[in-house]
Amino acid sequence: MSARIIAYAITLVALIAVPYWISGDYYINVASQILFYAIFALGLNILVGYAGLVSLGHAGLLGITAYAAGYTLQAGFGHTTAILVALVLGVAAMAIYAVLSLRATGIGFIMITLALGEIIWGLAYRWISITGGDNGINLHGRPEPFGISLDSPSAFYYATLVVFLVALAAVAVFVRSPLGAALMGTRDQPRRMNALGYHVWAIRFWACLLSGLLTAISAVLFVYYTQFISPQALDLTASAEVLLMVISGGAGTLLGPIVGACLVVVVKSVVSGYIERWNMLLGAIFVAIVILMPEGLVPGTMRLWRLAWRKAERRSGKAEAKP
Amino acid sequence: MSALTVTDLCKSFGGLHVTTDVNLDVGPGERRLIIGPNGAGKTTLFNLITGELTPDSGSIALFGHDITRVPSRRRPHLGMARTYQIITLFPHDTILHNVTLALLGLSPMRWNPLIDMKRQSHIVEHARAALDRVGLAHIAERPLSQTSYGERRRVEIAMALAQNPKLLLLDEPFAGLSIDERRDVHQLLLSIPRDVTMVMIEHNMDVALEFAERITLLHFGEVIVEGTRAEVVADPRTREVYLGH
Repeated sequence: MSARIIAYAITLVALIAVPYWISGDYYINVASQILFYAIFALGLNILVGYAGLVSLGHAGLLGITAYAAGYTLQAGFGHTTAILVALVLGVAAMAIYAVLSLRATGIGFIMITLALGEIIWGLAYRWISITGGDNGINLHGRPEPFGISLDSPSAFYYATLVVFLVALAAVAVFVRSPLGAALMGTRDQPRRMNALGYHVWAIRFWACLLSGLLTAISAVLFVYYTQFISPQALDLTASAEVLLMVISGGAGTLLGPIVGACLVVVVKSVVSGYIERWNMLLGAIFVAIVILMPEGLVPGTMRLWRLAWRKAERRSGKAEAKP
Repeated sequence: MSALTVTDLCKSFGGLHVTTDVNLDVGPGERRLIIGPNGAGKTTLFNLITGELTPDSGSIALFGHDITRVPSRRRPHLGMARTYQIITLFPHDTILHNVTLALLGLSPMRWNPLIDMKRQSHIVEHARAALDRVGLAHIAERPLSQTSYGERRRVEIAMALAQNPKLLLLDEPFAGLSIDERRDVHQLLLSIPRDVTMVMIEHNMDVALEFAERITLLHFGEVIVEGTRAEVVADPRTREVYLGH
């Protein structure tokens, strides 16, 4: 237990020190991207990992929130109003998603969320009077919480880090809670859960709302980071990318989506500077993960670690037995 | 007042009549056995009683309270619990967690997203007590995937009993058990107090007959014979339908 606390403390210090041990604004920005994509992946993981509901339309939710923030700011409102409107609309959009897609599970759920995501993409692309079409919406400036400007990369990084830690803590509390246990129950045995007196649909609906809230939070960070929102941010590739973050890191684990976000963002923004066909590399990495650790990087590494540990123990046991 | 009253219950899947005008009247504390050949509609009848299937016509009452239109998820809250013929448990979790989920199902705490479930000592202790009742307390922390088939059957029963039901529906609780395991489950069922009314579907006649006070024989979705143990066993229609000669 104490070893775990020490590990947490070291990680936290390392995260806080990022702007000092990483030189260059570019890499600090990459770190910010990893963090808000990690929040996005944590949100999707609530559904994919803990509810057993795979969504391929989450980029649409990100889009609605980001456009809402952009549009409200463009209309002359302040940052607080813009963020609140964006979060409320993002969660409301998720509620509509949930009502429509929770009629099904499995493939049906995937297809309905996919269709909804595509509809939102189509609207973003074609409803030019509101979204600006292909030109998107430009934002000007970032909010200044408590009078601190977030314009510098490291200031924005710290703001993102705080939000990320709060989101991570919220998810950690949720998965240990009775409602979290009930959600995992509906993933494994929905019929039994119903027979035990649980309202399966309502439990899934609340999980959807939590997932939507995390997605909306990451969308606000995303749009303030890029200062720009266009239909590209919410196409099917974007939905698939965040799903790959969850699956490659390990669905249904707390740290998996974070590791997945790290992997995808690093390959996309850092490795792509050296390798032109970085998409191919990302594909190859995913194929390797699927072959070697089908359960994802975090649970897979833990399995291999335990295996190696046991082997080492057995070897030392034999060595002691010999003389 | 009857514990369970089923009146003129009908259900068909397309042209297949799986339940035809079934009437059942189970008194409080009674041990009722439902028998019938494969495909007689026994499990379908259970699914209608628990609300997993909606009847085409007819009504179901629990202690005089009409529950025909009550959604299946509300029925455990009214005192109805069931076990499944095909074991339906949570394979990734421990035995204790399985029973805790059963208890949580009836507690308003199931909606709480903020507290740590493992620290809710009263609910965990309650689950341990339920496991003690079925003789599994010593392996409470074992993952379900590492338990034997007989132990899983007992977890099924422990989960149903943990909910403190007034009506317990047992769907083939002896299916697939060894002789020793069968005896354990039999002892367990005998130890359940009389304030629990039990309806059991079972094929295994030697244990089931000993358990039952009254027997209902179903065939092609219809009640063919109903009566005391002796009456049903002696009835020539029982031999014809169930024993085949």
